[in-house]
Amino acid sequence: MKKLLSVQQLSKFFGEQLACDDIGFDLYEGEVLAIVGESGSGKTTLLRCLAGLLPPNHGRILYHGKDGRQVDIVLASEAVRRNLLRTEWGFVHQDARDGLRMGVSAGANIGERLMAIGDRHYGHIRSSAEQWLGRVDIPISRIDDSPWTYSGGMRQRLQISRNLVTAPRLMLMDEPTGGLDVSVQARLLDLMRGLVRDLGLAVILVTHDLAVARLLSSRMIVMQNGRVVEQGLTDQILEDPQQPYSQLLVSSVLQV
Amino acid sequence: MPQAVSIQNLQKEFILHNQGGTRIPVFSGLETEIGVGESVAIVGQSGQGKSSLLKLIFGTYQATSGSINVLHQGAIFNVVAAAPHEILSLRRSTIGYVTQFLRCIPRVAAEDVVAEPLRDRGMALDEARNEARELLSRVNIPERLWHLPPMTFSGGEQQRVNIARGFAAHFPLLLLDEPTASLDAENRARVMTLIEDARARGSTIIGVFHHADERHRVCDREIDIGQQAK
Repeated sequence: MKKLLSVQQLSKFFGEQLACDDIGFDLYEGEVLAIVGESGSGKTTLLRCLAGLLPPNHGRILYHGKDGRQVDIVLASEAVRRNLLRTEWGFVHQDARDGLRMGVSAGANIGERLMAIGDRHYGHIRSSAEQWLGRVDIPISRIDDSPWTYSGGMRQRLQISRNLVTAPRLMLMDEPTGGLDVSVQARLLDLMRGLVRDLGLAVILVTHDLAVARLLSSRMIVMQNGRVVEQGLTDQILEDPQQPYSQLLVSSVLQV
Repeated sequence: MPQAVSIQNLQKEFILHNQGGTRIPVFSGLETEIGVGESVAIVGQSGQGKSSLLKLIFGTYQATSGSINVLHQGAIFNVVAAAPHEILSLRRSTIGYVTQFLRCIPRVAAEDVVAEPLRDRGMALDEARNEARELLSRVNIPERLWHLPPMTFSGGEQQRVNIARGFAAHFPLLLLDEPTASLDAENRARVMTLIEDARARGSTIIGVFHHADERHRVCDREIDIGQQAK
């Protein structure tokens, strides 16, 4: 397996407040890595730094691109970062409204990403949009509707399909199942598992839900107060956590 | 000739940080070797660490010190010192781990639960499903259940789905943790046949079996972890 991303000594301050302290990890192709921890542990800040949405104060984020070249996301120009985010990377927000353009139709939401990489052929854009809506179980008959008319679960699936249309290699997801009913969540998890397998996607998934992490991820990072407390295989962290905080976190989960 | 599994000076201790730092020693200096194609039963008193040993070999438990060398694609691979992504590669191609407990995934059909390890190895969906159905019928799961998620199945049916899943990928090394516990005689016999088939294919088997007659039927020898110094 090839290394896709290498994060080294990443730190982020908000004024005096330390949000991420000396974070380091590697991600390999096709891997799903869950970042868990309670609110305020710095996991979302870390994800936003990785996506280039927040500038870190220190550290390197090395991405091995499709063309074989290595880019340091921290040092890269805004244009390079933006281009990556609309081609080889995807970002799924917890609130789908942050990741969608609510003023245009579902089909246009998907087509926009294709147009951003230079596709101008209406027929092709339309058929891609139809194909990706189908892939995430959205009826084609809803293609011209505004996302405002969609349910929460459908909006989240639309946000995911909008990202997938450019065949990304890495998806960054911030609590993608947060705020959804459990039945809707189950459907979304099922969809995400299938996409990871069929498309060979690597995913960095921020979640506070250990059950979601267990279902989707093979590796896990536990964060507390901006630091990585422990990292390892998901089943190892859940069944044999080594650090006091990870033991507390795992033992606090309600058994169903 | 390298061994399938070779364990040296294995120490394992659980430290419960949130319970006053209580220490629970499991192994202190365990040594054992298992040859390629051997079938061994781990025996010992309840609580002596039979299941823990399997989880240490699989990498679910982290050893405190020592080494667990596994033969992986022709080379020696030390699980204790391996990085997580290396252990994942070991699990994809070398080690299968079968327990009596199925981890149900909402909305995923029984046949796809069984086919998953084959899909992980790159087998096409149709082929993997065919293999899965074959295995489900061998463990006596009625055909009308194959396309349903096992969440609603009985305990025994879920257990057999999990066993079918564990045997699907023909792993060179199989870790079996009481695979037949709580199954009736007929279904136990079916699982025993699956284990015998795996042996015949040359898989190395390390198992914990509750019944002595099962150990005698599918194992070459026993390793008594109670005999090892604690």
